[in-house]
Amino acid sequence: MKQLALVIDLNVCVGCHACVTSCKEWNTSGTAGYMADMNPFSRDPTGTFFNRVQTFEVGAFPNAETVHFPKSCLHCEDPPCVPVCPTGASYKRDEDGIVLVDYDKCIGCKYCSWACPYGVRELDEHQKVMKKCTLCVDRIYDAKLPEAERKPACVLACPTSARLYGDIHDEESVVSKAIREAAGYTLMPEWGTQPANHYLPRRKTEMRIHEDELERADNPLKIDGRLPKPGVRDPSLDDVTSW
Amino acid sequence: MNPAFSVIFLTTLLGTGQGLFLALFVIEARVAAGLLAAPSAAFYPLGAAIVVLLLATGLLASFFHLGHPERAWRAAAMWRTSWLSREVIALPAFMAAAAVYGWAHWQGWQGTLLIGVAGAVLCLLLFLCTAMIYACIKFLQEWATPLTLVNFMLLGCASGVTLAAALAALRGEPNVPELAAWAAAFTVAGLVARLASLWRNARLKPRSNLQTAIGIKHPRIVQKAQGFMGGSFNTREFFHGRAPGTLRSVKWLFIAAAFLLPLALLAAGMAVDSPALLAAAFAVQYAGLVAERWFFFAQANHPQNLYYQAVS
Amino acid sequence: MSNPVHDPLSKDLDAGSRIEVKNTTCYMCACRCGIRVTLRDGEVRYIQGNPDHPLNKGVICAKGSSGIMKQYSPARLTKPLLRKPGAARGDNAFEEISWDKAFGIMEERLGEIRATDPKKFALFTGRDQMQALTGLFAKQYGTPNYAAHGGFCSVNMAAGMIYTIGGSFWEFGGPDLDRAKLFVMIGTAEDHHSNPLKMALSKFKRQGGKFISINPVRTGYSAIADEWIPIKPGTDGALFLALISEIITQGLYDRDFLVQYSNAAELVNMDPASSEYGMLVRFEVPPEEGCFDPQNKLWWDRELNKAISTHTPGADPYLLGEFTLDDGTPVKPAFQLLVDRVRQYSADWASKITGIPTATIKRLAHEMGITARDEKIELPIPWTDAWGNEHESVTGNPVAFHAMRGLAAHSNGFQTIRALSILMSILGTIDRPGGFRHKAPFPRPIPPCAKTPSGPQGVQPNTPLDGMPLGWPADPDDLFVDERGEPVRIDKAFSWEYPLSVHGLMHNAITNAWRGDPYKIDTLLIFMANMAWNSSMNTSEVRKMLNDKDENGEYKIPFLIVADAFQSEMVAYADLVLPDTTYLERHDCMSMLDRPISEYDGPVDSVRIPVVPPTGQCKPFQEVLIELGSRLKLPAFTREDGNRKFRDYPDFVVNYETTPGSGIGFLAGWRGKGGEKFMQGEPNPRQWEMYEKNNCVFHYELPRSYQYMRNWNQGYLEWAKRHSLTRYAEPINVHIYSEVLQKFRLAAQGKSDGKQPPERLRKRVETHFDPLPFYSQPLESQVSDLHRYPLNAITQRPMAMYHSWDSQNAWLRQIHTYNFLYVNSRTAREAGIDDGAWMWVESMHGKVRCLCRHSETVEPGTVWTWNAIGKASGAWGLDSDANESQQGFLLNHVISEELPPSADGDHISNSDPVTGQAGWYDVHVRIYPADAGEPAQTFPQFDPLHEVPGQAQEKKRGRWLTYFAGRRKA
Ligand SMILES: Nc1nc2c(c(=O)[nH]1)N[C@H]1C(S)=C(S)[C@@H](COP(=O)(O)OP(=O)(O)OC[C@H]3O[C@@H](n4cnc5c(=O)[nH]c(N)nc54)[C@H](O)[C@@H]3O)O[C@H]1N2
Ligand SMILES: Nc1nc2c(c(=O)[nH]1)N[C@H]1C(S)=C(S)[C@@H](COP(=O)(O)OP(=O)(O)OC[C@H]3O[C@@H](n4cnc5c(=O)[nH]c(N)nc54)[C@H](O)[C@@H]3O)O[C@H]1N2
Ligand code: SF4
Ligand code: SF4
Ligand code: SF4
Ligand code: SF4
Ligand code: SF4
Ligand SMILES: [Mo]
Repeated sequence: MKQLALVIDLNVCVGCHACVTSCKEWNTSGTAGYMADMNPFSRDPTGTFFNRVQTFEVGAFPNAETVHFPKSCLHCEDPPCVPVCPTGASYKRDEDGIVLVDYDKCIGCKYCSWACPYGVRELDEHQKVMKKCTLCVDRIYDAKLPEAERKPACVLACPTSARLYGDIHDEESVVSKAIREAAGYTLMPEWGTQPANHYLPRRKTEMRIHEDELERADNPLKIDGRLPKPGVRDPSLDDVTSW
Repeated sequence: MNPAFSVIFLTTLLGTGQGLFLALFVIEARVAAGLLAAPSAAFYPLGAAIVVLLLATGLLASFFHLGHPERAWRAAAMWRTSWLSREVIALPAFMAAAAVYGWAHWQGWQGTLLIGVAGAVLCLLLFLCTAMIYACIKFLQEWATPLTLVNFMLLGCASGVTLAAALAALRGEPNVPELAAWAAAFTVAGLVARLASLWRNARLKPRSNLQTAIGIKHPRIVQKAQGFMGGSFNTREFFHGRAPGTLRSVKWLFIAAAFLLPLALLAAGMAVDSPALLAAAFAVQYAGLVAERWFFFAQANHPQNLYYQAVS
Repeated sequence: MSNPVHDPLSKDLDAGSRIEVKNTTCYMCACRCGIRVTLRDGEVRYIQGNPDHPLNKGVICAKGSSGIMKQYSPARLTKPLLRKPGAARGDNAFEEISWDKAFGIMEERLGEIRATDPKKFALFTGRDQMQALTGLFAKQYGTPNYAAHGGFCSVNMAAGMIYTIGGSFWEFGGPDLDRAKLFVMIGTAEDHHSNPLKMALSKFKRQGGKFISINPVRTGYSAIADEWIPIKPGTDGALFLALISEIITQGLYDRDFLVQYSNAAELVNMDPASSEYGMLVRFEVPPEEGCFDPQNKLWWDRELNKAISTHTPGADPYLLGEFTLDDGTPVKPAFQLLVDRVRQYSADWASKITGIPTATIKRLAHEMGITARDEKIELPIPWTDAWGNEHESVTGNPVAFHAMRGLAAHSNGFQTIRALSILMSILGTIDRPGGFRHKAPFPRPIPPCAKTPSGPQGVQPNTPLDGMPLGWPADPDDLFVDERGEPVRIDKAFSWEYPLSVHGLMHNAITNAWRGDPYKIDTLLIFMANMAWNSSMNTSEVRKMLNDKDENGEYKIPFLIVADAFQSEMVAYADLVLPDTTYLERHDCMSMLDRPISEYDGPVDSVRIPVVPPTGQCKPFQEVLIELGSRLKLPAFTREDGNRKFRDYPDFVVNYETTPGSGIGFLAGWRGKGGEKFMQGEPNPRQWEMYEKNNCVFHYELPRSYQYMRNWNQGYLEWAKRHSLTRYAEPINVHIYSEVLQKFRLAAQGKSDGKQPPERLRKRVETHFDPLPFYSQPLESQVSDLHRYPLNAITQRPMAMYHSWDSQNAWLRQIHTYNFLYVNSRTAREAGIDDGAWMWVESMHGKVRCLCRHSETVEPGTVWTWNAIGKASGAWGLDSDANESQQGFLLNHVISEELPPSADGDHISNSDPVTGQAGWYDVHVRIYPADAGEPAQTFPQFDPLHEVPGQAQEKKRGRWLTYFAGRRKA
């Protein structure tokens, strides 16, 4: 069975927020729209977003890392948000594993958001219904779009291609490969939600220099005759020994 | 969590109604068994009416929690999986039972006891549903314990029975001492159970931490930005925004108001035979339970909060 | 489960609506990505990266994706405005006027000035991308007082590198991350080429390259660096010199490259008595014509042991040593001078200055040198060099660098960047695979040919300027000074104070005009620059200057015209406001005459084509200039008969030629009658259409053999000459040793005949015009009390905001609503400032109250904040109590545009003494907690601005924004 998902590569994510606003932009005029903003031009502006990029500092100076961390609904394989929903507005699609909210059924009781450990559901405070990442279900199946663009808006936008998209149940997909090869992991595995979205960790490239690589026969200093070599008058064994 | 008054009133009013109903039913049962003197004929219908009123008020409060109350009917759909849905079914069912129970008494029908049995079962189911709404969310570790169910039931019974005692006293019914004793017993039991849950929660080790939340194994991780600065649903719904000191004060307040003071008032009321003191016991206890429920929500630390620690 | 009621798949939201898809070019920032805009019923529904665009290949950034919120922003100006009689500047009190009236006012005023003293009209432009037109307008008008933002932005980067390798980072070139193995990024947070750099970085990392970031702060790109090397601000010069020193000591430099392609082996006259002291020795001294290095220098041949003409076939010169010419002149190869210079710059020495451990510095040098030497790339691309030698292949050393304002925005930046260019050169990485790559029209001669007039005579009434307003001095005689050696330009560019200020000094224009030093002006036209806020240093004072009156009650700067699209802080100070269109509403071109969006593989230029009609009375500023140019009868805009030459801007772009019949115009693509030519050719009436059909870009991919080694690639150089990119097909050798600088130094020493600096500046010029890079502290550090102000304060570009102009954007402002000062946790604790607390940051120029955020990713001696998040209350269509003005702050209040006056009261800009680059990141500060009783609000505060007439026309602002594109609302 298909399980569509995003795989987010923290190794290359630069925290640019392109995925954040491209998501908002696509969805506000899409089937999930509008995505209301409150106090848009006054104090404490706040709005509905399906995707947020957060920043963490790991470690202490000077061994500190800045980690940018995008997060949207993880489309859990065993999504705790679904069974708790009293209306059935929250549901997981059989055909592709996408977890969706039916905005016309939702009563805005917020219970599903309590049942999601990841803090990715957001109540649209104007429409009073629960919203969250739809995996751009209205893009990925849109036959009017060119094949290559039938992907989530955030994936298309991401300048570092830190967002991979595909079927994690298909061994051959880019996402499955990435998870396998780059040690993909899930968030809060302790709850058994089996998030479909995975994250790829930071990987470090280091360089190893062998001592004998520093100075070699082709050292250009030799050409100009400037390789340190003792002058004729510098002390040598010749001065002090007589065999 | 950020306590919502709609839900606080829903759960406390329901609990009181349920406790009151159980008191009525047990009195009737014990009267039938000849263990107690029979109250006046109007006592049951009046009590039942109060039960229904409490439940209706609770229900009304709950509507304020909904974004789309006009669609509330849809909430019955998912009873197979959702405790909330089950509550949505159990509540009207129980309300109906209580209403019929009162009506039957009013009309002087036979078989009120049988209706009472049905009502009591529904009442217990409702306790179960309401409590399980909270207890079933496993990652809200403060709630995910049988103590939640125990507390909801004991506290509901305590306030309901205290109300029954006050009611009986005000009307000059017999059995006030029994009811007061039961009320005291439930209050003491509630206190014990609540202290047990406080004790438990104080010792909880959160299963999630920043390391598991973002999947980086490093002892020192500090959030610098959560992706927005003016707040979001995630910061409004899950954070109470009060200082730890406030929480502590509320805790002592509800221990006093929901348990100790009512016990004292109950004792005093019985000693000087004052219905007013019993009524005061109920009022104080109910207020205490509102504080208790506020604390219940505020104390619950949602793992999602790990993602919403800092703005910059 | 039951069927969804709201089925996202069954509902076709587009049904019954008019859907249009149009390509254009983004301008949410200067990166200029190709975008595809989908409109639903005429409203913007979706802006995506254009997958067929060579620059961004379909990706887009946070700003680009938020273009909708810019288009429909409540800060938009929609009507021409005139300051209300009686209202003061800054009050933001305007009345609406017609364009006719606006043009009338300008025509009269500018006509009058032009007929008397054209330099009294000054035109300065900010983040604009149409310097080709604004520059042309200024030249045609006849004023020298023109510049864009380059002088306060990154002119050090442009000048330091162009004067060394004939090209630069910024829009002129960049790192070849496709093939690099080691990438060293210095002082870059976000940069201009932002999407392409992001794309390249992730590819680079995934290919296993090692990414090192040298930066006091770890944000943005640095986040994903394999190694972060925190450095003390302003000290990179010391690091580079130590790296050069170590690389030379270890013999890890590319000797062949230096010999063949730089002046490293050329002999320098070492006779202090000679007037040619420090100059390269020439074997014949014909009068030198043109702006190229004549090939008349000498090497010392190893075989013959005598001086011979450079590039003599078979010659193999010494890079090291000292020799004596037949006439007895002592000479040294330039490289020997470099070696002599860097000997003092040990890793130990640099460690103390930079705060980087000695071992790290040495390791860095070794990693660079060994990667360059051992990971050589060889591509099977035959090419011929400028001396006619044929090469079977193109080779490269895969160490790439990128640097930006972390180097540029310091007053020692020019020499620092010279040092970086030399480091890149000794590693042999110039225009080679895996290293630095040029972008057309670069490489240019060192320096490029364009010149300003060389004196006041170049400015005459009713006459175009005799030269370019901005140019590239090659020697002191090119300076734009009067007979006393004093500046002709209002910003004092190209004077002895900042001789190589090739982008002007916009940051001093207002202060100088206000003070009347060197003279008073009449009208200042500011286009697309927020000089009353984030583009000014010393913002509070500059705001006073803008509003300051003389003893007669007249404004010291008599007339201020502001062309802006939004209600910025600057608009409030205007006498006349010209409402510009947005990027979605106008024609634009990213011209080869300005800074095009070229790729490494060849020239690329691009256009903007309107996708929505102008809002209200908005008029593209281009149209304003064409109209004004026609009314003022500037020759380029007028026919012989005095009538206007061009209908409008699109017409101008198609038909304008740099000189009649030159075949060179604003756009390089589809020239010639039928669009069959490129770069050069007659005007093509259907040029716009052809651009439109081609995703709004023209991209010419050079033949592979012309793509590398372009400084010395005969094929490329001839191609460039044939296509009029350059005038000469002469090789452009890397200036390890800068004769240009030496010429200025000789003048300062009184050793040359030409123009001489005024006495007060001799020492300064002599010191800073060192032909070899050296390290000195930034000027401000030299005059600061470093005990009182021990910390450096700098800013970073946030990726999701462009300068000041995105706070009006309802989506972007949710990401950066206000800003904190980031302080190393230890430093903050020592100062007694809690995380999240209010604090003061104070320099010798001013102080700001702000919020503190502890951080582990900043060097302990540095504090930083995001640039331009703080706003003046009420600006940008925001409520007066919006977070931007109450919790946000602008660091500019503690930065000065001038150094403290000298003992004689002379004022000098807080800028690099070579280029005039603004020293934004030189400021020293101290920090301390705010008192408990102080208001929880940033300081300084300004009176709230009110809305101006016509602002955000139809948009009613409310508590809710529920944007959904199209007629059929959700
Ligand atoms: N402290 C500190 N200050 C800095 C810097 C720093 O690093 N630190 N960086 C400096 C640098 S490098 C730069 S380039 C400057 C940038 O500073 P500016 O160039 O001033 O940039 P903005 O303030 O964003 O924009 C300038 C004006 O352009 C207007 N504008 C936007 N779009 C349009 C349009 O389409 N048409 C017209 N006519 N106007 C438009 C905006 O409304 C705004 O008023 O800031 C400088 N200031
Ligand atoms: N999103 C976005 N993109 C932009 C802009 C924007 O406003 N927003 N502005 C555009 C403009 S006009 C410009 S000029 C470019 C500028 O592009 P950048 O040069 O990347 O921009 P800055 O933020 O000025 O970055 C300066 C960096 O240098 C570091 N730094 C400061 N001093 C030193 C030093 O002495 N040594 C070293 N090694 N590092 C130092 C700072 O910590 C910071 O990371 O960005 C352009 N791109
Ligand atoms: S991430 Fe949260 S909302 Fe999404 S499926 Fe999992 S539990 Fe549900
Ligand atoms: S808020 Fe909507 S989706 Fe969530 S549980 Fe309630 S009804 Fe279901
Ligand atoms: S998949 Fe679509 S809805 Fe989900 S975060 Fe990406 S853009 Fe937003
Ligand atoms: S768009 Fe890509 S790089 Fe940018 S924040 Fe999102 S995931 Fe990271
Ligand atoms: S990088 Fe600049 S030009 Fe490119 S999409 Fe973003 S804002 Fe637009
Ligand atoms: Mo800039």
